[in-house]
Amino acid sequence: MAEVLNGAMTAKELETDQEVRWCPGCGDYSILKQVQKVIPELGIKREDIVFISGIGCSSRFPYYMNTYGMHSIHGRAPAVVSGLKSTNPDLSVWMITGDGDALSIGGNHLIHLLRRNFDINVLLFNNQIYGLTKGQYSPTSEEGKHTKSTPMGSLDHPFNPAALCLGADSTFFARSMDRDPVHMRDVLLRASQHKGTSMVEIYQNCNVFNDGAFFGFTDKETKKQQTLFVEHGKPMIFGENNEFGIKLDGFTPVIVNMDSASADDLWIHDEKDRGKANILARFYGNPASEGELPRPFGIFYSEDRACYEDLLVKQVETAKEKFGDGDLNALLRGKNTWTIS
Amino acid sequence: MSATLETTKEITILFAGDSGDGIQLTGTQFTDTNALFGNDLSTFPNFPAEIRAPQGTLAGVSGFQLHFGSIEIFTPGDECDALVVMNVAALKANLKSLKKGGIIIANTDGFDAKNLRLAKVESGVSPLEDGSLSNYKVFPIEVTKLTRECLKDSGLGTKDIDRTKNMFVLGFVLWMFDRNMDHTVDFLKEKFKKKPELVEANTKVLKAGYHYGDTTETATTRFSVDKAEMPKGTYRNMMGNQATALGLIAAARRSGLELFYGSYPITPASDVLHELAKHKNFGVKTFQAEDEIAAVASAIGASFGGALGVTASSGPGIALKGEAIGLALMLELPLVIVNVQRGGPSTGLPTKTEQADLLQAVYGRNGEAPVAVVAAATPADCFNMAFEACRLAVQHMTPVFFLSDGYLANGAEPWKFPTEDELPSFKGNFATPSDLKDGEYLPYERDENLVRKWAIPGTLGLEHRVGGIEKQDGTGNISYDPDNHQHMVNTRAQKVANIAKNVPLQDIELGAKTGKVLVLGWGSTYGAIKAAVKDLTEEGHSVSHAHVRYLFPFPQNFEEVLRSFDTVLIPEMNMGQLRMMIRSEFLIPAVGLNKVKGIPFTKGEIKDKVLELLDQLIK
Ligand code: SF4
Repeated sequence: MAEVLNGAMTAKELETDQEVRWCPGCGDYSILKQVQKVIPELGIKREDIVFISGIGCSSRFPYYMNTYGMHSIHGRAPAVVSGLKSTNPDLSVWMITGDGDALSIGGNHLIHLLRRNFDINVLLFNNQIYGLTKGQYSPTSEEGKHTKSTPMGSLDHPFNPAALCLGADSTFFARSMDRDPVHMRDVLLRASQHKGTSMVEIYQNCNVFNDGAFFGFTDKETKKQQTLFVEHGKPMIFGENNEFGIKLDGFTPVIVNMDSASADDLWIHDEKDRGKANILARFYGNPASEGELPRPFGIFYSEDRACYEDLLVKQVETAKEKFGDGDLNALLRGKNTWTIS
Repeated sequence: MSATLETTKEITILFAGDSGDGIQLTGTQFTDTNALFGNDLSTFPNFPAEIRAPQGTLAGVSGFQLHFGSIEIFTPGDECDALVVMNVAALKANLKSLKKGGIIIANTDGFDAKNLRLAKVESGVSPLEDGSLSNYKVFPIEVTKLTRECLKDSGLGTKDIDRTKNMFVLGFVLWMFDRNMDHTVDFLKEKFKKKPELVEANTKVLKAGYHYGDTTETATTRFSVDKAEMPKGTYRNMMGNQATALGLIAAARRSGLELFYGSYPITPASDVLHELAKHKNFGVKTFQAEDEIAAVASAIGASFGGALGVTASSGPGIALKGEAIGLALMLELPLVIVNVQRGGPSTGLPTKTEQADLLQAVYGRNGEAPVAVVAAATPADCFNMAFEACRLAVQHMTPVFFLSDGYLANGAEPWKFPTEDELPSFKGNFATPSDLKDGEYLPYERDENLVRKWAIPGTLGLEHRVGGIEKQDGTGNISYDPDNHQHMVNTRAQKVANIAKNVPLQDIELGAKTGKVLVLGWGSTYGAIKAAVKDLTEEGHSVSHAHVRYLFPFPQNFEEVLRSFDTVLIPEMNMGQLRMMIRSEFLIPAVGLNKVKGIPFTKGEIKDKVLELLDQLIK
């Protein structure tokens, strides 16, 4: 009892008695583990933490976190967290969603959440497939994807989540992956520290319906060639032996060979630069192809902007200052009355 | 020669004109003046479907009907005694509702060739001149011309001047019905606080209209309606949507909960949002969501956090909220859903009234998803029933529908408002760490009414997970066990059924407790039914009126009340939705009187149907 009530916690204490039911080998396990590791470091009391999800494989997440939680309905978690944060601004709210949940059925809610900038953390598990419904293409699946619902290949052009979120004026966008736990922990830590909607896209392998979608970024042989880990204030360098750099030629990013360039010529990553973050978001080709840019990971963009719930609380305070604490009798009475005696 | 003053018990007057003519404002001002004088009254604003339909056309006619009297008033009136029309289209659209011999006050400037053409008067001759109105008392007034004349030295432009012409009409009407201008003068001072020149101009035109009646020999008779005999007390005029907003605020105050209102703009519910947004100093948090689904989902989020979550819409929006309402039911959290009904299906008739969403409220979700439903009978009753919806939602930890409709929303009546202390108080049953059993918290542990406790994030030790998937009773853990699902479906049904124990018994509104015909109403048919039944009982017929406000579950004595009559007649502005519920629940062969025209019942329609039934019973 005392242990439950002291509020402090370890990763272990964040586990629930519920059996985790993802498929063996699913990338979700790794994300759960990193979240359980990071949260105790944040110094937030367990009772002040809430996990809210929509529907999909990833959305089972709240059942496995020994905090407050709600497994809501498909796509609507952004609206649920908006209401919760509006009335309980002090809670640490985490929203768990997937590519179908956040970008298809809940696409509308996601963009409005981002522009309002509620102070919450969004973990978007992107596996580029519908897992729970057993393997249909998703809004992030590549063009021409062959799935049960697209035997001749999908016709949809995929969303680029980074570009979409920045387009919706997201104040924080980062990308990480299930198979790089250390990176993921760093990103999660930064996301939780950011005041505003922290959007974290996590590449997550669905080993049942879309195995290997991100192997190019996660496998030892290809990872260094195909990924670019950005860090604030650091030049953009990648490659097996850091032999490549990214330079900006006007607004156009170009790959340069470090033999013929110095670090000073390179694009120095600046998280506060919205314009450049938008260019970075557009590194979205297939890096396995010749001449294509690597896929960026890390924090693309981070900006301080007022949060909706704080502004809302302030309006209530201002109204109270201006008109006094609500007097129900005066409200019911109104301005024009007459008396019958 | 001054006009003679004739005293009458009641007057029904209809103001009609272009939506840009200030008809609603004129009607409201005249209403408030009569209310402050002490008349009983009922109003019915009738908006055109388009915001600004082409001027002068039939589609653009906006109306405001007021029925006021020294006797008890139940409806905005079946037929009008007086018609105030700003143009020929307004006359054409409304003449059929004027009594023979009734008064027509017409702005002749709205009867010129152009207006005749716009209103599609084929003869091209003004009805004011072709003798077709010889059965009425017509007062043609050159309102536009007289207004311009009155303000010619004001320095205002013609456009601004023409905007004041409704004040001329109002002045004339105040004179004709023996009311003073004080309230309107005060109103103008307040409205144009920052533009003294407009206060002056409007007041001048108002007075000109009043004195025009006095000094010209336009009318030889004026009408006076004495104060009504109403129960002692202090009154104000109240509109339905405003009453709904106040009911929600009062419920939040009396329960100590924060009010969160998630809503998306929709006719005719938006005014509730507008009203609530004005009262943030009560701690009210309004959230204009990106869509109807987000509106309800945000309210659920707020409820999860311990606030009083409310969402509102009209039929099409409610359809979109269905899945989330089911979620609230599964989560067993309080949620109030306001439906200001309008004509359906689909977009239907957005500005017109209907009661066709009852079955949607009671049954319109996937799965076995019982949701409690209450409905208001009159504009001011919206206050009581919105309050009740909140009370039931919180006390039973469940979603509750509150049904209003377009007619109640925009209609007004005198309201003997309560004081804070007169309102019941109620509390959320919050879980505390003392609810832990061996260090474990069971979120779905229930009390004798099957109600679970409200465990708020931020409370130490009560961390728990809820969701829309079927869960094990007690623990709330996901469960696909067949017997558990049956148990949970039964439990949720019984939990909602238990609400019947917590609502007042059904009473008889008017008439004997047993008899031949019971006219059973719900929602805004109240006034028309009551007026009809009053007449019929006075004529000696065995007829009573019951009005049900708790529609799901019904009050405990409901069947007994229905069975005390030979026949139950249910007038509804739908094709028989309550009738279907009554028939299926009690096997009582209730008879319907159904109308879906976007307009309320008249007293006469209900009387005729009752007489027909009585006739059949004799045979
Ligand atoms: S279907 Fe794919 S995403 Fe879902 S649990 Fe299995 S592996 Fe994970």
